[in-house]
Amino acid sequence: MTGALDAGTDVPADERVIDVRDLRMRYGATDVLDGVGFTARRGEVLALLGPNGAGKTTTIEILEGFRLRSAGEVTVLGVDPAGAGERWRARIGVVLQSWRDHGKWRVRELLKHLGTYYAPYSTGTIRRPWPVDDLLDVVGLTAQAGQRVMRLSGGQRRRLDVAIGIVGRPELLFLDEPTVGFDPAARREFHDLVHRLTDVDDTTILLTTHDLDEAEKLADRIVILAHGRVIANGSADALSRQVAGETEIRWTRDGQRFVHSAVEATSFVRQLFLQYGEDIGDLEVRRNSLEDTYMKLVLKSEGGAQ
Amino acid sequence: MIGTLRIGVARGGIELKQTLTTPTDLFAYLFPAVLLLGTVFFMRNAHVPGTTFSLGASTLPGVLGMGLALGGLLTVSQQLVVEREDGTLLRAKATPNGMTSYVIGKAVVVGGMTILSLLLQLIPGLFLVEGLHVGVGGWLTLAWLIPLAFLATMPIGAVIGSLFENARNMGLAVLPIFGLVAISGIFYPITAMPGWLQGVAQVFPMYWLGLGMRSVFLPDSLAAVELTHSWRHGETFGVLAIWVVLGMALAPVILRRMARRESGSAVAARRERAMATMGR
Repeated sequence: MTGALDAGTDVPADERVIDVRDLRMRYGATDVLDGVGFTARRGEVLALLGPNGAGKTTTIEILEGFRLRSAGEVTVLGVDPAGAGERWRARIGVVLQSWRDHGKWRVRELLKHLGTYYAPYSTGTIRRPWPVDDLLDVVGLTAQAGQRVMRLSGGQRRRLDVAIGIVGRPELLFLDEPTVGFDPAARREFHDLVHRLTDVDDTTILLTTHDLDEAEKLADRIVILAHGRVIANGSADALSRQVAGETEIRWTRDGQRFVHSAVEATSFVRQLFLQYGEDIGDLEVRRNSLEDTYMKLVLKSEGGAQ
Repeated sequence: MIGTLRIGVARGGIELKQTLTTPTDLFAYLFPAVLLLGTVFFMRNAHVPGTTFSLGASTLPGVLGMGLALGGLLTVSQQLVVEREDGTLLRAKATPNGMTSYVIGKAVVVGGMTILSLLLQLIPGLFLVEGLHVGVGGWLTLAWLIPLAFLATMPIGAVIGSLFENARNMGLAVLPIFGLVAISGIFYPITAMPGWLQGVAQVFPMYWLGLGMRSVFLPDSLAAVELTHSWRHGETFGVLAIWVVLGMALAPVILRRMARRESGSAVAARRERAMATMGR
């Protein structure tokens, strides 16, 4: 188990955008975080998963510099967030779940204003802020540019939240449950935006989500938290291999549908063809989905915790 | 630092422009003005006891002083509580130099709103009642009194706003402030109050701002009906200056402590509480 956990943290020090070691958070007698450790590499999308109360939000707020930890070492973009200054803040983007703040502001006006805070932190390689018209286009709010924020629909507001999070062209972006309340089309557009940020701008992204499908699509690496500890760390593929599970095989023969679960899918399929050859049709082999893997890992950790 | 100041002033300017194009905000400016002018209008034929000077005219300047104090204390604290609840402050915290610019912006927008309300009361008031006059000395007094009024009240307002978790508890702060209005000689002469109450009133900026504004607009002969029969500019400056020092010492510490506690989960928890209360 230890070996599998370390596999994900094998990142050279200068490539580590996030480096967390033995992070602890204690409220009274309760350990919310109990020795959490993980790293994120430049340009990587890291998904933080876990049941409610596992410590995801606490972890992300410590990394954002919004909350002080009890113990442990945390470095974000080479700096300890607990004492980081405004220059560090300018390199970080946080997508907050808005409610009704800045309701009287017009979309374009707000983004333009917030952009001015980042202008002094522009560098030769990263031009800050993001030009407003480009940004509006990227998040799909060009048509709403002159509208007051309070008149936006829920989905449009969330896209504005994302735009505010990236207006300073962050090197590291925090997304806390970014697509809650999105319809499927908006979700697809949002995923495209995330890919654009990581591919074109080399942005590192840390996201939390309860949507495992989304985590599988977006994340290069997944860290699962339960009871304040990291119980798994690796790519979706690596995690599913880590969990001994059965693979589901579906096929048809003589117009009939068959389903079978096997631990060794490859040898089962070979046997199937040896036996029936040409009669087999519509073959589907499905490994554990991330959802299956996740459920198994969380259940196992609960068994271990009791 | 200059950049942060410029951004803060720009922020205040944008928000000021917004309140002027929002009907509910405009109503909030006009309603008290109409109410006060109505009161002053019906008092115009009564006289300040022992003189032939219009009671309405003598009340109006004190009301303007009260407006300055309420703008700094109440508007600042209310906006702070509301904007902490709705997440505006958290956004400021997530932005480089955001908190500093937020505070500067708030001072600009509240300062602007207060001056605007003051003009809305003063200009029609000059036509409704007779006897108000500003001389050269009056203009000079305004030049130090108004900035001092904002510096003495806004930081204290920020402290009050930082201490209250939600808008529904703000009543606890509003009641004592209106208590101060009652004893500060704005609507009812302070000379008619018991001595200990006069003492209490003279500790707080409200009384001195009312007195200062009366000294600007009323003829010097009316100083006779004040405590110690003088406009007491020296004491006015002194007491307000003490409040400036007190506020400037307290506000940064309290504001920082309040800002340190802001996080996404804090705002989310407040939002849930607020939603639950609204649903009831």
